[in-house]
Amino acid sequence: MASLRCFLRSGRNAVSVILRREFHKTSPAALQVTVRDALNQAMDEELERDERVFLLGEEVAQYDGAYKVSRGLWKKYGDKRIIDTPITEMGFAGIAVGAAMAGLRPICEFMTFNFSMQAIDQVINSAAKTYYMSAGVAAQHSQCFAAWYGHCPGLKVISPWSAEDAKGLLKSAIRDDNPVVVLENELMYGVPFEMSEEAQSKDFTIPIGKAKVERQGSHITLVSHSRMVGHCLDAAAVLAKEGIECEVINLRTIRPMDIDTIEASVMKTNHLITVEGGWPQFGVGAEICARIMEGQAFNYLDAPAIRVTGVDIPMPYAKILEDHSTPQIKDIIFSVKKTLNV
Amino acid sequence: MQNMLTILTSVFRGSLSKNVRISFKVVVSARTYADFTPQASFDIKKCELHRLEQGPPGEAVLTREDGLRYYRAMQTMRRMELKADQLYKQKIIRGFCHLYDGQEACAVGIEAGVNPTDHLITAYRAHGYTYTRGISVKEILAELTGRKGGVAKGKGGSMHMYAKHFYGGNGIVGAQVPLGAGVALACQYQGNNQICVTLYGDGAANQGQIFESFNMAALWKLPCIFICENNKYGMGTSVERASASTDYYKRGDFIPGLRVDGMDVLCVREATKFAADYCRSGKGPILMELQTYRYHGHSMSDPGVSYRTREEIQEVRSKSDPISMLKDRMISTNMASVEEIKEMDVEIRKEVEEAAQFATSDPEPPLEDLCNHIFYNEPPMEVRGTNPWTKLKSIS
Repeated sequence: MASLRCFLRSGRNAVSVILRREFHKTSPAALQVTVRDALNQAMDEELERDERVFLLGEEVAQYDGAYKVSRGLWKKYGDKRIIDTPITEMGFAGIAVGAAMAGLRPICEFMTFNFSMQAIDQVINSAAKTYYMSAGVAAQHSQCFAAWYGHCPGLKVISPWSAEDAKGLLKSAIRDDNPVVVLENELMYGVPFEMSEEAQSKDFTIPIGKAKVERQGSHITLVSHSRMVGHCLDAAAVLAKEGIECEVINLRTIRPMDIDTIEASVMKTNHLITVEGGWPQFGVGAEICARIMEGQAFNYLDAPAIRVTGVDIPMPYAKILEDHSTPQIKDIIFSVKKTLNV
Repeated sequence: MQNMLTILTSVFRGSLSKNVRISFKVVVSARTYADFTPQASFDIKKCELHRLEQGPPGEAVLTREDGLRYYRAMQTMRRMELKADQLYKQKIIRGFCHLYDGQEACAVGIEAGVNPTDHLITAYRAHGYTYTRGISVKEILAELTGRKGGVAKGKGGSMHMYAKHFYGGNGIVGAQVPLGAGVALACQYQGNNQICVTLYGDGAANQGQIFESFNMAALWKLPCIFICENNKYGMGTSVERASASTDYYKRGDFIPGLRVDGMDVLCVREATKFAADYCRSGKGPILMELQTYRYHGHSMSDPGVSYRTREEIQEVRSKSDPISMLKDRMISTNMASVEEIKEMDVEIRKEVEEAAQFATSDPEPPLEDLCNHIFYNEPPMEVRGTNPWTKLKSIS
């Protein structure tokens, strides 16, 4: 079905300039790959593998992508497979869904997630609900949409953090027969990650619906998704120096959520903090806490599970304000210590 | 035999309305009972054109076989919708129900002008199209009554019926138009020479996403026939009160358009054929406005007389009813007899009655089906029920 890639843009060019590593150095084992390049590879490989796959969106073809994620694809695959659209989100989102209904596998790109709001009707009412209803015979620029799309049955929602996540999840999304919303974070595009040999393969996919334990720990569980995973790992590194070992879980998929992995971890560490960039009310963390309460892990909690989230305000413009409106590493450290009562 | 023909000929000539011309192709055969005219040619209303040098022909040839088929289809749809009305008033059908009676010539004419392998998508007044696209009256009525024998197993209802190459049945006004353009894109992409017929109403015609679709369809030359079924009222709002321009066939601007008499099945058929050829030749999209009329109100909760007069409805019924028009043509040219038509009517009533019986007696879908069909091609999964202890099963 249609794979909807959406770009979360958080303000200005906050992407730190990371010197592009020696691009063509081939090392047979691990390789440094940015999230942007990983997404590009994923699409390239899937376009090559399956003729039905095509990409449409604003500036994806001749401009090489507004954030350069689709760089080189138009040159390689041409007009038929990489399509520049006019600025008409509702229209082209509907066209993507219609093409999927008729057997193709479109990747529909929204330049920013907020633009996707214009098309949310097509995503929710046309894409998500149709299969069920047919019984089988279909601030202004910065918000985390995990909660919005994660609310809706009939959709799958994935949220990659690392380059491997980006590549593996996007490939799975393209191969999935159902509508998948891919929440990309623009701030992550330029960040390089080590990509294992396994991940470099054309058949590398990451299953949708499975979380990953990025770091083992015994004192407290930190659950996060997307960019905040990096923050959690940074906070964990600082806390380790004080003898506090955090277990960091990367959700990878928002819906369907892998609550089992979280439960197993909480039963081990007895403490839980969820960390997300989105707003607190009705968010990803709220859902995780509710499920933990309702499940077996509740009895293992030694302290209330708490959420670290974006501040409950529309995203401000000034850099200093912006920086303080999403969780910082120090906020995570503070919350861990409060929860552990140290 | 020769005598009978002469008598018949003079009878015809006498009773011909001026729209009917006969071209006799009489096959002298050994049969002795009344021979029917195998085919006849009829003048049809010329279409108003927008950005087109030529339009569909001004006359249509109708064979007896086709005539009977169109008649049967339209009459079946008519009786089916009236039966739905009845069942709704008996509260056996609930929820939304938008009836199509009066507009039969549109659905039947369109289907006659395209191939079964072509695609079609429409809005919520969809029962007629569900039928012409191949679903039985039984499955349609059972879907309306929410039973497991319904075309969507009782899970879709009136606005969500689907068939092969028929994409419903869409509740959100106008949303089906970009979807249809997308289906047309898929046809072009796959190079299969198929086209997509994308329908919307006079009410939806002002939706922004429709113009977005026009733009992309024309830009990329998608093989899409956009059809505006103008039945003069968007719910309770007449076209004059809703649209700055009621020339719906011109609203595609850079897309060529035709205005068609939607009460005449032959006119619709010829226009659709013309439009289909246009699309298939790679020239891009084309727009058709079908001028038609619905006898019922917008839906079953609308009596349909607060914004229009009963006289108006009656006048259309007596002067322009699509089924009567076809019947008169067939009988006056001896392509069918009054008895034959009567017999067909009886058969159709019986078919619809039996379908209604089924729709009333078939059981509702089992509760186990509640969470099924959320995804396609997925392993079975668990779905949270209304409380944390209830876990329901879902298979795709």
